Amino acid sequence: MITFENIFKSFGHNHVLRGVNLKVERGESMVIIGGSGTGKSVLIKTVLGLIQPDSGQILVDGQDITQVKRDAFLSRFGMLFQGGALFDSMPVWQNVAFRLQRGALKRPMAEAREIAIEKLRRVGLAPDVADRFPAELSGGMQKRVGLARAIAAEPEIIFFDEPTTGLDPIMSGVINELIREIVVEMGVTAVTITHDMTSVDTIADKVAMLHRGTIQWCGAHTDMAQSGDPHVDQFVNGHAEGPIETLR
Amino acid sequence: MILIVRALGRSCIDAIFALGRFVLFALATLSHVFRPPFYFREFFSALLNVGYLSLPVVGLTALFTGAALALQIYSGGSRFNAPEVVPQIVAIGMVRELGPVLVGLMIAARVTSSIAAEMATMKVTEQIDALVTLSTAPMKYLVMPRVLAGLMAGPVLVAVADSIGIFGGFIVATQTLSFNPANYIINTMNFLTTADILSSMAKGMAFGTIATLMGCYYGLNSGHGAQGVGVATKASVQAAAVLILAANFLLTAVFFTA
Ligand SMILES: Nc1ncnc2c1ncn2[C@@H]1O[C@H](COP(=O)(O)OP(=O)(O)OP(=O)(O)O)[C@@H](O)[C@H]1O
Ligand SMILES: [Mg+2]
Repeated sequence: MITFENIFKSFGHNHVLRGVNLKVERGESMVIIGGSGTGKSVLIKTVLGLIQPDSGQILVDGQDITQVKRDAFLSRFGMLFQGGALFDSMPVWQNVAFRLQRGALKRPMAEAREIAIEKLRRVGLAPDVADRFPAELSGGMQKRVGLARAIAAEPEIIFFDEPTTGLDPIMSGVINELIREIVVEMGVTAVTITHDMTSVDTIADKVAMLHRGTIQWCGAHTDMAQSGDPHVDQFVNGHAEGPIETLR
Repeated sequence: MILIVRALGRSCIDAIFALGRFVLFALATLSHVFRPPFYFREFFSALLNVGYLSLPVVGLTALFTGAALALQIYSGGSRFNAPEVVPQIVAIGMVRELGPVLVGLMIAARVTSSIAAEMATMKVTEQIDALVTLSTAPMKYLVMPRVLAGLMAGPVLVAVADSIGIFGGFIVATQTLSFNPANYIINTMNFLTTADILSSMAKGMAFGTIATLMGCYYGLNSGHGAQGVGVATKASVQAAAVLILAANFLLTAVFFTA
């Protein structure tokens, strides 16, 4: 469904992506792992047109994303930003219902609010959070509001950028289950970035590892333990020693 | 010497490029005015912020400036044995120049800075990216309502500033300089022409547009982090103030040299 073909992206002398090739199939849950600063967030932003790759092509349903109509295209996607990216000028429920209050998916105010409260409940937030402002919430709560916003309009494809970072272990478990549920029940195609191996184990059908600007390894989650790739082994086991250099 | 010329040339070229980018940005904004959707709620809240909430500061600056103007013209006019020109000169000075310029500079300080800081913060915290992923064009949702509000609020603010400035002059002239109130008003009315007032309104439109446009432009193009927000805010106010004064000169030249 999503195909990356030879994607390059540099910021000045910082060559972040150096020829990424990756395929995500429809209805599949792909998890992208990789060290901090390897360009995972940059990679998913290229799909949404938030960052233009220097070269290479991205196909969604076989169509080059630079050739499609932006509005219709974007309405198929949901995105959870790493930092939440909530609109601080509006209360939580309007953040969640943003898409349902304007444009093609517009509904009556009361209905939009109801859907927002329902989505908040799914990410473990009580209805009284709905009328508070994002700045009044803890980091983990903001993350969950961002998650509720990403799933609110029931998109076909959802990107989760570190959905469990900053959450306690129990809430992480809830969110992992939720993402799994969305993929299984609603047939959503999900791409999740995470450092959390528990998330990988709960969410992933397939795992791709980004390292030094390319996909170092990609395969089924069940094969990850026997990948034979020292990079993957080092990452999974969290070893300081190995082929992935750490600065100390 | 060559170094100085080169530095001058460089900054001229930079300025021309910057102007080109502003114009492109303005045209892009314009292209969104007539294409749906139109975000009414954003527009009204921008109108409130640009127009209504600017009234106190605009009113106060105009009041004091009009009052000072009356004193100056009285003392200056006395040297030519013509102190009685106070109402006419206050009216023409406020309506043609000071009213619009005061409004322009005040909204550059108040509105441009707040728009730039808000948008730059949104950019830095990825809220602009989030808008895009929610199928909402930032140009349409953030920029167009604010610029349109500037365009519409500008002339209203200028009308208020003109009137209050003249009123400030009136107070000083009638209370301390012993002018006759009725004559003061009649002299003001008779002296001002429709062209004076229209030029004042036109300047208001231009300055309101420039102020909001600069805030949006620098906000959306800000760099990273808190520092980026600071730099964007500072640059936006500078650019707005300079462009407003330059536009004032051009408009004055167009209206009053023919
Ligand atoms: N807009 C930008 N301008 C300049 N450099 C950028 C920009 N966005 C990302 N980078 C750089 O690209 C590199 C990859 O960033 P990215 O956010 O994709 O990392 P990541 O893999 O998501 O890391 P993390 O796991 O810490 O979130 C970093 O070195 C970052 O400095
Ligand atoms: Mg990231």
